Amino acid sequence: MTPLLKVEALSKSYGAHLGCADVNFTLWPGEVMGIVGESGSGKSTLLNCLAGHMQPDTGRVIFDTRDHGPRDTVTMPTPERRWLARTDWAFVHQNPRDGLRMNVSAGGNVGERLMAVGARHYGDIRAQAEDWLGRVEIDARRMDDRPRAFSGGMQQRLQIARNLVTGPRLVFMDEPTGGLDVSVQARLLDLLRGLVQRLGLSAVIVTHDLAVVRLLADRLMVMKDGRVVEQGLTDQVLDDPQHAYTQLLVSSVL
Amino acid sequence: MTQYNFAYLDEATKRMLRRAILKAVAIPGYQVPFSSREMPMPYGWGTGGVQVTAACLVPEDTLKVIDQGADDTTNAVSIRKFFARVAQVATTEATSAASVIQTRHRIPETLLQEGQILVFQVPIPEPLRFLEPRETETRTMHALEDYGLMQVRLYEDIARHGEIARAYAYPVRVEGRYIMDPSPIPKFDNPKLDNSAALQLFGAGRECRIYAVPPYTRVESLDFDDYPFTATKAAGQCCAICAAADSYLDEVITDDAGGRMFVCSDTDYCATRVAAQAEDAA
Repeated sequence: MTPLLKVEALSKSYGAHLGCADVNFTLWPGEVMGIVGESGSGKSTLLNCLAGHMQPDTGRVIFDTRDHGPRDTVTMPTPERRWLARTDWAFVHQNPRDGLRMNVSAGGNVGERLMAVGARHYGDIRAQAEDWLGRVEIDARRMDDRPRAFSGGMQQRLQIARNLVTGPRLVFMDEPTGGLDVSVQARLLDLLRGLVQRLGLSAVIVTHDLAVVRLLADRLMVMKDGRVVEQGLTDQVLDDPQHAYTQLLVSSVL
Repeated sequence: MTQYNFAYLDEATKRMLRRAILKAVAIPGYQVPFSSREMPMPYGWGTGGVQVTAACLVPEDTLKVIDQGADDTTNAVSIRKFFARVAQVATTEATSAASVIQTRHRIPETLLQEGQILVFQVPIPEPLRFLEPRETETRTMHALEDYGLMQVRLYEDIARHGEIARAYAYPVRVEGRYIMDPSPIPKFDNPKLDNSAALQLFGAGRECRIYAVPPYTRVESLDFDDYPFTATKAAGQCCAICAAADSYLDEVITDDAGGRMFVCSDTDYCATRVAAQAEDAA
């Protein structure tokens, strides 16, 4: 089996300031990888480099494309990378406002990726959007409302529907439950876990919430000051932390 | 008027404009930047169109200028007089007699011929402007043919109004590649852009952009398979003067009691038909 994503010696610095350094990992199809660490530890930098939003300084990000097998997404031409971002990848932002078009209706938001890859039949687009709104538990009657009329939790679910509609194989999530209250978080996590399992998605989830990774992630990577200090199976890392920082992190859970 | 160079602009400026025009013709629908000059008229009055016309004119040309289809409105009259004065070219109101036609917001009803040049005045050349505010991003979207967003706008129209509500400046795709704003012509005129025998040039003065549709180029209006594009005009109306049923009509309010009439927006087309009818009657 070929790994879906293989990251080799990835580094990114902002001038003299280090973003992340020498990150290596392999993500297999159907696997969910959690990245935890405190603010400023380089998690988001790493995620942005993986998703092609940022150009890493060194290193390779090899993605197993549908048509051409493993390709380095860092050196791949921009049109191809953008095509991946519209089809095989999904990116769920922490703030749904960053991932949604706030002045476009919920149906239009979900349909955008379909139209971007060439769907030109209004009825079909609408039917698919309706189906996806149902899967993320948004009432079909809210389809023509704009996201600004939605609650925070609904916006986040809409963002997930918008990303998953083209059937991506790899989902990047940046703090998907940040800014939501606890009961809404629980429902969202439940939904995400269901979707990930049912669709066999692979995902890279960046978070500082250990409960999120315990529920969703198969494997865990702990980052501190731009470096990976520990990685392994989620339960193993959380129940038997080896590195001092991981021990601190686990013991600080309220 | 010997104080001015032929057609007002100096030769170096005209060369710059012609280079931009040639590039635009070579890449149909692509917006070519050019260094727009100040013209003796305010922005929004056709400074882009005037510069393109000035770069195209030769002394043998016959110029026609229309504004919303009419030859006798302020904008049309002043631009026509301007070129009659600074270029001493012949002017005409007859579409078929003109070699260069500058237009604002209409394409003449009379079918254009090979050798004719149609110059459009364009206020906003970027069709993605109100969908994506960053100009750097819209350029990238054009470069990568990333046009999903434009389709989203049409989707939103159908979701809200039950049809594509855009009635003018209806986006088109040129030769299967670039999405282009055809300037604020009514969508009734969109089919005339397609496979036209005339060269069509678009000038946006304030925005410093020139783009073009060469003769016999495919121009398709964007739509959905189940909501196809339709060229619309005032439904079921004929021109009150020449009785034309196939031309684009202006609604004219005639009194304060709700009186109205529909007349051809293309004055030359209307006048030609009236003259022909008078001849038939005689």
